[in-house]
Amino acid sequence: MSRLAYINARLIDPASGLDQPGGVLSEDETIIDVGAGLFADGAPADIPTIDCGGHCLMPGLVDMRVQLREPGEEHKGTLESECRAATVGGITSIVCLPNTDPVIDDMSVLEFVARRARKLGLAKVYPYGAVTKGLKGEELAEMGMLAEAGALAFTDAVKPIGDARIMQRALSYATTFGLMIIQHAENPSLARGGVMNAGETATRLGLPGIPRQAEVIMVERDLHLVRMTGGRLHFGHLSTALAVDAVRRAKAEGLAVTCDTAPPYFALNETSIGDYRTFAKLSPPLRLEEDRQAIVEGLKDGTIDAIASDHAPQDEESKRLPFGDAAFGGVGLETLLAITLELYHNGHMSLIEALKPVTAAPAGLLGLEAGRLEVGAPADMILIDPGRAWKIVADKMQSISKNSPFDGRPVQGQVLRTVIDGRTVYDHAH
Amino acid sequence: MSAFMNAVTPDQIRFPHRHLLGIEGLSPDVISLLLDRAESYVEQNRQADKKRSLLRGRTIINLFFEDSTRTRTSFELAGKRLGGDVINMAVASSSVKKGETLIDTAMTLNAMHPDVLVVRHSSAGAVKLLSEKVNCAVINAGDGSHEHPTQALLDALTIRRRRGRIAGLEVAICGDIAHSRVARSNIHLLNVMGARVRLIAPKTLIPSGIEQMGVEVYHGMNEGLKDCDIVMMLRLQTERMQGGFFPSVREYFHFFGLDYKKLAHAKDDALIMHPGPMNRGVEIASEVADDIGRSAIREQVEMGLAVRMACLDLLSANLSGGRREPA
Repeated sequence: MSRLAYINARLIDPASGLDQPGGVLSEDETIIDVGAGLFADGAPADIPTIDCGGHCLMPGLVDMRVQLREPGEEHKGTLESECRAATVGGITSIVCLPNTDPVIDDMSVLEFVARRARKLGLAKVYPYGAVTKGLKGEELAEMGMLAEAGALAFTDAVKPIGDARIMQRALSYATTFGLMIIQHAENPSLARGGVMNAGETATRLGLPGIPRQAEVIMVERDLHLVRMTGGRLHFGHLSTALAVDAVRRAKAEGLAVTCDTAPPYFALNETSIGDYRTFAKLSPPLRLEEDRQAIVEGLKDGTIDAIASDHAPQDEESKRLPFGDAAFGGVGLETLLAITLELYHNGHMSLIEALKPVTAAPAGLLGLEAGRLEVGAPADMILIDPGRAWKIVADKMQSISKNSPFDGRPVQGQVLRTVIDGRTVYDHAH
Repeated sequence: MSAFMNAVTPDQIRFPHRHLLGIEGLSPDVISLLLDRAESYVEQNRQADKKRSLLRGRTIINLFFEDSTRTRTSFELAGKRLGGDVINMAVASSSVKKGETLIDTAMTLNAMHPDVLVVRHSSAGAVKLLSEKVNCAVINAGDGSHEHPTQALLDALTIRRRRGRIAGLEVAICGDIAHSRVARSNIHLLNVMGARVRLIAPKTLIPSGIEQMGVEVYHGMNEGLKDCDIVMMLRLQTERMQGGFFPSVREYFHFFGLDYKKLAHAKDDALIMHPGPMNRGVEIASEVADDIGRSAIREQVEMGLAVRMACLDLLSANLSGGRREPA
């Protein structure tokens, strides 16, 4: 049994609201003591210690929307490269979308990904299962078997479940296993052919647009299906004021519905596309400034439960194309924390409030034993300096793909150390 | 110092950009510079001896990723009239990954040290992307639904010659605005030169937010054409005629095709323009198109050649080793 004392820390635990000087004691992979004032007089001499230097010790981030490219597209990212990128970004738990090749629509693929990731000993990887076979939106995948194999929830990843009857059945069937369906809320026919937000900028650039209404139409349809089925529904990466409003009303009504957003949607708007910058080509597309502000409001009032990186690695060949032909998506593992902290630095939320959507909130939604500092929890922790300034440089990222929409952005908030199961897997100083 | 003492001849005025990628962002002075230079070529082209040696030793490559006869021929002739070596490259538009072809082709061509690349591509922004990968000057000959600057310039030259000015004119642009690069370039140019622009089309062919580009939008020809000086018709792409944007060609022509009855709402001497090729009986009635007194459609083709000569002239003058490079 090996014990390790983390002393001289500012403990931040968004789950309990704790923000106090204190320490943590871990034994092997578990936290066995944590609290304000712990080791205030220094650690006992017989235990190895890590001096946190007064920096924030908090639970590792839980990222509930990540695309991994292994198996299938290892040239864009391997489990190892992306799990390492996660540790640099302070993420200790990744929940990955099933759009690998082969698709995670059966147990063997799910188990392959989970097993490979476990062997790496880096960020923990929990897969979602597909809702439909091959993500084709036609027949239900073996959701029960996937659940038994460890799927945390079901989603067709970057594809909306467009067929209302399939969605109705998926919501109904998933209740059997107590798991939720995660929807990419976008009406397929309105979005067809679109490459950026519809409106003046798209018109000026001569690019086909995706109207903002494509999102809320899907949200509203699915809310009716939740009323009909009693299913449990979660919307991924919401991007519009209209959709946030719809979810806000649904929550007030008491529906079992939650949602998340991603850093681009509260930190950027469609002007980032500028003169056809393909790194800003995301799905859903970057929207208007008023939408960005509505996403911030949704985070502040709790309508939006979680923030996920929406990590989507794309290689140069799929981005160095005319805008219309380029792939959607941006990498996000290494920028999730710093961009989320903008909510705190810009005065929208307290430090604790800003960190909850990337820790306790997503862990709670998915029933993950993660995202909190408490006795008995796994020792998945990060040490951060929320004020330390740095500049995002895509070329220096650990991800194999460098398609960050935030390249060149000055940010604040540095991960100093990442601890997973009691082992330091990333140390900024080394 | 002495250069500043002497009067500047028109020959010494420079085009202040490396490429011509669009009209958006060009100042009225620069547009006038291009039009004035083009004007001089109109006269030259009407002489028996048309050829000049301005571009001797220069290589111009026409790189067309999208089919075109008129624009390509116009650029080819423009280059040859100025004594340049012109090469046409048609890149199969059917190739699966157009984008890869784009960058690869750009790199390959760049290694051959051309002086000017004239590029047309079906994707908006593609010509700009290509311009970032090459060392030569690039002229956008049309990129997706984005811009087609030389078309807007030739339209402006036509208008200016016929009306003596652009400022203050009422110009109606009619038809498939949503998918038209010609419309976008013309909106930018006409606005910056002081004309007033109206758009006339069914709502399905008007892209969202276009009012913010400084235009008035009409959904009926009669009110839209009322008292206007210039009627610019756009070509309706055949692939838009399948019922997705409007029910039928018959219905479209009934409401939006230009015939004498609708034209009667415009000023008596309103000028009719069309970028070609025309769909007779779809967006324009034959007798209107062929009306010698009203239609400037054939003149537009002539102005196109002059404008493209002016563009090649002014852009190549900026290249290093150019004849007007300061000593």
